[in-house]
Amino acid sequence: MDQPIETKLKQYILEEFLVGEDPDELTNTTPLMTTGVLDSIGTLKLVTFLEEQFSITLEAHEASVDYLNTIENIAGLVRSKQLGTD
Amino acid sequence: MAVSTPLHASVDRSAERHPDRTAVENASGGEITYRNLAVLTDRVRDWLVRRGVGRGDRVGVYLGKSIDAVAAIFGTLKAGAAYIPVDPNAPPSRNAYILSDCCVKGLFVEDRFAGALGDENEVWSLPDVLLQLAGAGDGAPLAAALDRAGSDGPAPAASTVVSDPKDLAYILYTSGSTGRPKGVMLSHRNAVSCVDWCSETFEPSAKDRFSSHAPFHFDLSILDIYLPLKHGSTLVLIGSDVGKDPARLASVIEHRRLTVWYSTPSILSLLVQYGNLPGHDLSALRTVLFAGEVFPIAHLRALKEQLPHPRYFNLYGPTETNVCTFFEIPQTIAADRADPYPIGKTCSHLESLVVDETGAQAKNGEQGELCIRGPAVTEGYWNLPEQTEDVFLTDGGGRQWYRTGDLVVEASSGDYLFRGRRDRMVKKRGFRIELGEIEACLYRHPDINQAGVIATSGDEGVTIKAFVSSHSGQRLSVIALKGFCSQHLPLYMVPDRFSFHATLPTTSTDKIDYQGLKDLN
Repeated sequence: MDQPIETKLKQYILEEFLVGEDPDELTNTTPLMTTGVLDSIGTLKLVTFLEEQFSITLEAHEASVDYLNTIENIAGLVRSKQLGTD
Repeated sequence: MAVSTPLHASVDRSAERHPDRTAVENASGGEITYRNLAVLTDRVRDWLVRRGVGRGDRVGVYLGKSIDAVAAIFGTLKAGAAYIPVDPNAPPSRNAYILSDCCVKGLFVEDRFAGALGDENEVWSLPDVLLQLAGAGDGAPLAAALDRAGSDGPAPAASTVVSDPKDLAYILYTSGSTGRPKGVMLSHRNAVSCVDWCSETFEPSAKDRFSSHAPFHFDLSILDIYLPLKHGSTLVLIGSDVGKDPARLASVIEHRRLTVWYSTPSILSLLVQYGNLPGHDLSALRTVLFAGEVFPIAHLRALKEQLPHPRYFNLYGPTETNVCTFFEIPQTIAADRADPYPIGKTCSHLESLVVDETGAQAKNGEQGELCIRGPAVTEGYWNLPEQTEDVFLTDGGGRQWYRTGDLVVEASSGDYLFRGRRDRMVKKRGFRIELGEIEACLYRHPDINQAGVIATSGDEGVTIKAFVSSHSGQRLSVIALKGFCSQHLPLYMVPDRFSFHATLPTTSTDKIDYQGLKDLN
């Protein structure tokens, strides 16, 4: 079963960037930045969402394909940030 | 206007006047003086000339935004050839098409792109006159590649070519309605007349520090590159990664002490919303130029409130003419103003005319298509004589005018107001997009039966919506379709939304009914 972070991310990405998509097509390992789902503005929106939703702050270099390309990557980043601020 | 100077003469002239001044800085590190830039561009010229490249040839520049790319461009011009800058972020297949379409004789390419070019294109092979760079940044990768090429002789191979004003300087490829990008040919005279107008209007000095935000395949780059180097100013290159990150951009403007900024309104809007401008010392900034699309008044007002001291100019002009009208934004924007500002009056080096649907001059105050003539206007599209013919209008006196496709109204002040397009070209975040090129891409997908693309605008700017029907009648995966498009189109052209239909509405002549699509929407 998905962890809550993954569920929230999946719901947000489907509503914001993949209107009309079958939810089963979006998995935790679907590439987002390298396949045209997230463009530069989409990435900015996602970063704003992450910062507000999870009360974290992303560094400039983290708004990149190395950290945000899949739901799995994004959730990992969010978790590491949340641990770091405890 | 008499134009005699080749576009590239500025580097050597500024090197004589200000040898030790910094010509170009990379915002991500590295810089080069005018003296060293003159030397490096001479080495590029010599390498090209020794390999047989000269006047009448074209050379591709497939490099990230860098001092290396600037030097490759000037070296190409010094050899007498024209440069073809391609978008390093676009799919390699699209860039291979561009480089083969204009038959480049030489190519500068980074290693990271060269492999993909070879893999993805079976009909086109890399040219023999090939300089592969390990990277692109402070000019060292280019110098190292020239060292490896081992072509430096004891004496220069050639003197710098004094190009004829009519010689091609560069070709900029833009979205094409028939499904392939089309190349706008620009001569030395075209570019120099625009740069000279900018000199008169913005009065740069050697103390100025200019932003270079736009990529080199974008026509904003012409002002960015050639205006500062002509005046001995410093050009500050902003790469594509920092360029789309407003938080880092504000810091670049502050720490690089930029005095002149030029970008699309979209980037300035992002700076207002996400850049924390009041938290930065941007007091050095004296002039802010924007072009490429309409600047929504709410964002422009917010920008002027956060940054009141610079002068703001709205520049307008398609790639075919570069800047052809301009308007200075007043000091104060009225609180109740909701309409965008005019695109302004015609630049002094050009003439304008507004025509109705029959091609006759529109009556005063009536909407019509803006046409431009003068030394900055392109000769046409590379290898597309029919499309070239279509965009020129000959008046009763036999004079040729470039038809911009933009609909305008002349206000009583003499300023032009932009009203829209007469065709299916749209601007999204300043990028010029032919909706037909996106449709042509979708039709290459084996499962797609019909495709129609429209653009709508709202608070968040332009949204591109694709309506498709499949051969099987089944819905297709949006992720898979976006992925497919991103292999053939730059990301800014990938549709934001897809919707699936059993069949699309058509007109009586079996063409897609776009009004019907808008109603479906």
